[in-house]
Amino acid sequence: MTEHATLTIWRGSDVKAGRWESYEVPFEPGQSVLDGLRWIRINRDPTLAIRFSCINANACKECMIKIDGETVYACTERLQPREMKLAPLSNKKLVRDLVTEIAPPAERFTGS
Amino acid sequence: MANELMRAETDVLVIGSGAAGMYAAIEAARGGAKVLLADRSLIGRGGATVMAQMTVAVALGAETPDHWRRHYDDTLAAGRGLCNEELARLLCEQAPDCIRAMDEWGVGWARKEGRITQAMAPGHDRPRCVYVDFLNTGPAVSKTLRTVVNRTGGIRRAGDLCVVDLLHNGGDIVGAAALHLGSGAPVIISAKATIVATGGLTRLYRRNSASANMGGDGYALALRAGASLVDMEFVQFFPIGHLAPRLIGMDPIMWDPFRYKLGGRLLNNLGEEFTERYGVIEDGKYVVTRDVGSYAIVKEVEAGRGSPHGGVYLSFQHCPEAALRAAFGPVIDRLAANGIDLTKTSVEVAPIAHYHMGGIAVDTKMQTGLPGLFAAGEAVGGANGANRLSGNAITEAFVFGRESGRRATEYAERASAVADRADNLAAALDLMAADRPVRDFNTAEMVQTLQTTMQEDVGPLRNEAKLKRALARIESLAEALGERPPGGDRGFDMRRIDWFDLRNMLLVARAVAEAALARTETRGAQQREDYPQASPEWAVNQFVELRDGRLILSKIRPRVQAEAAS
Repeated sequence: MTEHATLTIWRGSDVKAGRWESYEVPFEPGQSVLDGLRWIRINRDPTLAIRFSCINANACKECMIKIDGETVYACTERLQPREMKLAPLSNKKLVRDLVTEIAPPAERFTGS
Repeated sequence: MANELMRAETDVLVIGSGAAGMYAAIEAARGGAKVLLADRSLIGRGGATVMAQMTVAVALGAETPDHWRRHYDDTLAAGRGLCNEELARLLCEQAPDCIRAMDEWGVGWARKEGRITQAMAPGHDRPRCVYVDFLNTGPAVSKTLRTVVNRTGGIRRAGDLCVVDLLHNGGDIVGAAALHLGSGAPVIISAKATIVATGGLTRLYRRNSASANMGGDGYALALRAGASLVDMEFVQFFPIGHLAPRLIGMDPIMWDPFRYKLGGRLLNNLGEEFTERYGVIEDGKYVVTRDVGSYAIVKEVEAGRGSPHGGVYLSFQHCPEAALRAAFGPVIDRLAANGIDLTKTSVEVAPIAHYHMGGIAVDTKMQTGLPGLFAAGEAVGGANGANRLSGNAITEAFVFGRESGRRATEYAERASAVADRADNLAAALDLMAADRPVRDFNTAEMVQTLQTTMQEDVGPLRNEAKLKRALARIESLAEALGERPPGGDRGFDMRRIDWFDLRNMLLVARAVAEAALARTETRGAQQREDYPQASPEWAVNQFVELRDGRLILSKIRPRVQAEAAS
């Protein structure tokens, strides 16, 4: 009777050549989507690229992604016992999987 | 392929952009240095600063008369005889100046009738802690310093830059080798002076109160470069970190203000108040200290009287809803959004790793034993001895940050650095090379295994058997990790990032566990079940160095200052 959430995640390093992969993750009420993504990295696929620092407090603002088409923070969006579609931000340059170039231009390192 | 080598050159390299790093960068730039402020995440948003909720200790005397010597006395008393008195003095003496500078920069310290308000906190002899709106200190401090960094000329900001090793030339530190996480490219930075401001090591523990980028990198960088660490056994645990039910959008140390205002009851799974068993009768008040609280909770769990998730219960069910709302109005709504009604249910709490007293050994110029290498903030060891006085963490970030920025600039004026001639340049480039076989191993699981080991065996309650088991586990993880990272390409290759993180985390974990095993006594944050008393012969600091892959421990009497608080 364990409930599950199904996270269908866009994977890839090239906007034109990505693929969707689905993962079933255990669901406990109150969890965040980021909890589910961290679970996948530890238990299913450590190569899944996500970025975050503060995990929980919505202080670092790094985990912004698209969930079911809406731009949200993965750390404050609730995991739900259904399929959720996770994609990288479409208005930022893609780095890999759910990671996009989110730093302000003045903070990006480009070499001298 | 975006893996071509990138280069940068600067007078002062600051690694880490919490309060200490940003303050250091500002001070160095004001002194005329060209600064590169590097962070492995976004600038000024990761680390521990942004997570600080409340108190910043300073003898401002705005409301109640105060003097830095009283703050200093309290700092030494909390440190249980192990404080580096010179660093503690610098911390307390310079604090008012930095707090006023932050005020001028518009941080918005809480005020009453025009005067900065100072709150009472445990261990202080008078109200001494400034704050911003009770729960907003960290975000306000970060935002203020980010703004000043942005408008100070001469500071180049570089996010997603993860330093892999410091570069040295004949013993002098001449810069750093880094991985640009966004592209996967190796980076060589030439710097006349380098400041390590990477914060603490809370990520080593499964339950912690800081950001995921606090894996002790700075300690590992310093060790591998040949610098000494001090007091590595002293990890501060916060006893009542939030454990369950899952609570998001809030910091896990949030129950502290609740207990201050409303008392609350700590209960085991039989519904009994249990702190009396450990010598403290609470009777609805918040009197149990951090060390006794952690001890009591771990002992109850070990005796089978813990909560389902491995902690104990904290209950405010005896508090009328009106009282809860009067004290924490909007927070009560945020709890409701998480499905938590404190009038009906209790929450589960357990000790969480909160802060590291130990760190890089420096003098009062924040200079390590290696020319050109400085440290600042929580990365520094010694000022807080065996136990940190509440409110000193942000204060030391300001004071040590400023001092390191100043001293690094002085040093840079007479130094030259050519990273291309570094003794370990070839080794660093080789380590970062991406054209190697890709290995199929689960690095994320390895991080979790390390965190579980540290939490259970090098946590708030230690003994010889646990520490030896932890060291064996750390060794087997290091073997599994291997000497070379897996290959890969492009940015955010997670296994590669994990590999470099684990390389640091395992070395630092070993330093903590070995120092804890050697110290056969209980003092401050080091609690040994097999040596439950403090021992006079252990009134010494332990220094750690890395030689030929082995950690060498030595004991040195704490540094006292000639004219102590007279």
